[in-house]
Amino acid sequence: MGGRHLAESIVTDTATRILSDLADPQSVNRARDTAWEPALWRALSGAGLPLAWVPEELGGVGGESADGFELARVSGEFASPAPLTETLLAGWLLAQAKIASPTGVMTVAPCRWNDVIGMRRDGRLMGRARGVPFAAASEHIAVVVTGAEGCRIACVATSACRIAIGKSLAGDKVGEVTFDDVKPIAIADAPTGFDAAKLMTMGAAMRALETAGALQALLRMSTQYAGERVAFGKPIAKFQAVQHNLARLAGEAAAAMAAASSAADALSTIAADPRKFDEGIFLEVAAARIRSAEAATEGAAIAHQVFGAIGFTKEHVLHRFTMRMLSWRDDFGNESQWALELGNQIARRGADGLWPFLSSR
Amino acid sequence: MSTALQFDPIRLPPECEVLRREVRAFLAEEIAAGTFDPAAIETDDLFNREFSRRVGKKGWIGITWPKKYGGQERSFLERYVITEEFRIANAPVRLHFTADRQSGPVLIKYANEALKADILPRITRGECCFGIGMSEPNSGSDLFAASTKATKTDGGYRINGTKVWTSNAHNADYLIAIFRTAPATKENRRHGLTSFLVDMKSPGITVSPIYNLTGLHDFNEVVFGDMFIPDTHVLGEIDGAWKQATSELAFERSGPERFLETFIVMIELVRVLGAKPDVRAAEALGRLVAQVHTLRRMSVSVNGMLQAGKEPIVEASVVKDLGTVWEQRLPHRAREIAAFVDSGDVTNRALFEEHLAFATMIAPKLTLQGGTTEVLRGIIARGLGLR
Ligand SMILES: Cc1cc2nc3c(=O)[nH]c(=O)nc-3n(C[C@H](O)[C@H](O)[C@H](O)COP(=O)(O)OP(=O)(O)OC[C@H]3O[C@@H](n4cnc5c(N)ncnc54)[C@H](O)[C@@H]3O)c2cc1C
Repeated sequence: MGGRHLAESIVTDTATRILSDLADPQSVNRARDTAWEPALWRALSGAGLPLAWVPEELGGVGGESADGFELARVSGEFASPAPLTETLLAGWLLAQAKIASPTGVMTVAPCRWNDVIGMRRDGRLMGRARGVPFAAASEHIAVVVTGAEGCRIACVATSACRIAIGKSLAGDKVGEVTFDDVKPIAIADAPTGFDAAKLMTMGAAMRALETAGALQALLRMSTQYAGERVAFGKPIAKFQAVQHNLARLAGEAAAAMAAASSAADALSTIAADPRKFDEGIFLEVAAARIRSAEAATEGAAIAHQVFGAIGFTKEHVLHRFTMRMLSWRDDFGNESQWALELGNQIARRGADGLWPFLSSR
Repeated sequence: MSTALQFDPIRLPPECEVLRREVRAFLAEEIAAGTFDPAAIETDDLFNREFSRRVGKKGWIGITWPKKYGGQERSFLERYVITEEFRIANAPVRLHFTADRQSGPVLIKYANEALKADILPRITRGECCFGIGMSEPNSGSDLFAASTKATKTDGGYRINGTKVWTSNAHNADYLIAIFRTAPATKENRRHGLTSFLVDMKSPGITVSPIYNLTGLHDFNEVVFGDMFIPDTHVLGEIDGAWKQATSELAFERSGPERFLETFIVMIELVRVLGAKPDVRAAEALGRLVAQVHTLRRMSVSVNGMLQAGKEPIVEASVVKDLGTVWEQRLPHRAREIAAFVDSGDVTNRALFEEHLAFATMIAPKLTLQGGTTEVLRGIIARGLGLR
């Protein structure tokens, strides 16, 4: 990726400031409509964040790979409802085929392992992509087109597709996108060896970072609440059972963060260049996806236990984190699918290859 | 303290990979020469004088210590590589492991110059075995309930009382032990314990074996009957051992040995499953691999912090808690994963079952030794500001 380096702390600070000003989870949760959305997106775009992974010559900012991953982590810390990671991914995908990124909200397809989008002889796209985050809110979809002689990457106007809108666990809109004879705005050959699995890899890494960010926030919120809530005459933080639950939450948050930042580091080292995605990258991303999803499952349960009934209300902000984290488990291959792939890879490698492989990371 | 635990994605630098190749070559030679069998079930002879000497010759004991004490002044990440490779190979490191991991660093910090000059080089040569004398019959998790008494006398102390669960005591040249030099005070119940270097050749020490549930002799009861310790063997502040105990813990708790002791179960599980496991087994195996990879990355991270001169006590406790709970469940999960595999197809089934049985038997100790799960979670909770 290279190009202009946005120092990590600048990206972190900018994103943190914008999200706390315009997408504070508590205010978003109270809002009766979505009037806050345009202002948030304007601020994020104004700072160049959604196109951090797009080189300058293709209309982006040309940031470092690490910047995008850092944005995903911060975005998770706010349980951000903005399509920031999706637009980042779309920009990254289009850049692989040197397609310039349009402005505005983008998302990517396919997002599930078995969905295939193909191309007819006349260059029109056919196929279906389920569980596409922010499909309806997007103006463009960056698509991996699978063909007999390799893959292509296309930029499609969302308005040209048929979209059935559904809801995620977190209440976010997800779309089932049908490509029925869709003429792309731009289409180009993907680099040799590129396929939909490369998009899954980047997507899964981003979800792992978002989850890790959300778990950090949950740990902070739960710890704080335990210090404030009084039962039996003392803060519940003084009960050993509560302390141990929070210690477990800290462990899960730490594991998710360690696995996710390790994967982000591995990907950043190769500048997120899909031609360099090898088995080591696969291990890193699979582990991040699996372990962060497991941490989400455990962590959400613990946080809800700490908060008691108030955390089970619509009014309370807790569900914005827990339900979003749980729904992220399903995007870009769920943890079971990744575990199956990883398990098969390990089995092929054989017993005596296990330790050399693990210790190579 | 803040709730943000630090686990930076530290990578092992190139010199570590060079070292790893050297270590593997050395271990392969030792295996070929019949020194030990990496697939053997643990026995009492993990204590091997000649082997430890050869490891010492390589410069791999006390590798991070100052050169003037026989060390190499190399990094904690290099030590990490040595630890994990020896652990995975099931190499017989019992003689030098405790001294290398924690006793040596304690001496470097708290012993006088003469002791350091005498003992540390012997440790690095693989000639010196250490044990840890903390637990007593009425003092386990509650370290500060220790009552074995150190009574001041001319030029030193007289020790009377009993330590238990003392690993290695029957082979040890020295213990680092805590004894009571004063009663606890009203203000500070941790006050009054002092850390000592105990020469196991001193008269007045009786070591008796305690066999653990596998039938192996690893820990002991150690009775002190008016044993004399000279003043020169006091380690650190008199009555102030409680201030010293904590920094040791980061070394003791974060290492890869905390979750790789029975890694052979994973290896033999992969062999049992073969190249084409069914969906259920492959998925479960994938999860185990993801989990152990994550633990390893966390442990490397903590060692990177140690290298940077930090004291990541809370992070180390997190690694030990997650790691030991993980390893404790490993044999049970491996058993379930392999349940439907027809053993007719594989030749290592018997070996797998043997290791499964052994790992199942030792599983209970993992979450007790070196601080129980509950104690660790208490430390983490304190780190979170809850206590
Ligand atoms: C294989 C092995 C090797 C060992 N080697 C050594 C050694 O070399 N040197 C040495 O000094 N010791 C050694 N130990 C002892 C070890 O440090 C102790 O077992 C450990 O500290 C726990 O003490 P305990 O066994 O007395 O259990 P106890 O302290 O009696 O604890 C019993 C149970 O109660 C729980 N508990 C206790 N207090 C609390 C509390 N405040 N809150 C919540 N739960 C609590 C514990 O977590 C545990 O689950 C070894 C132990 C084992 C198993």
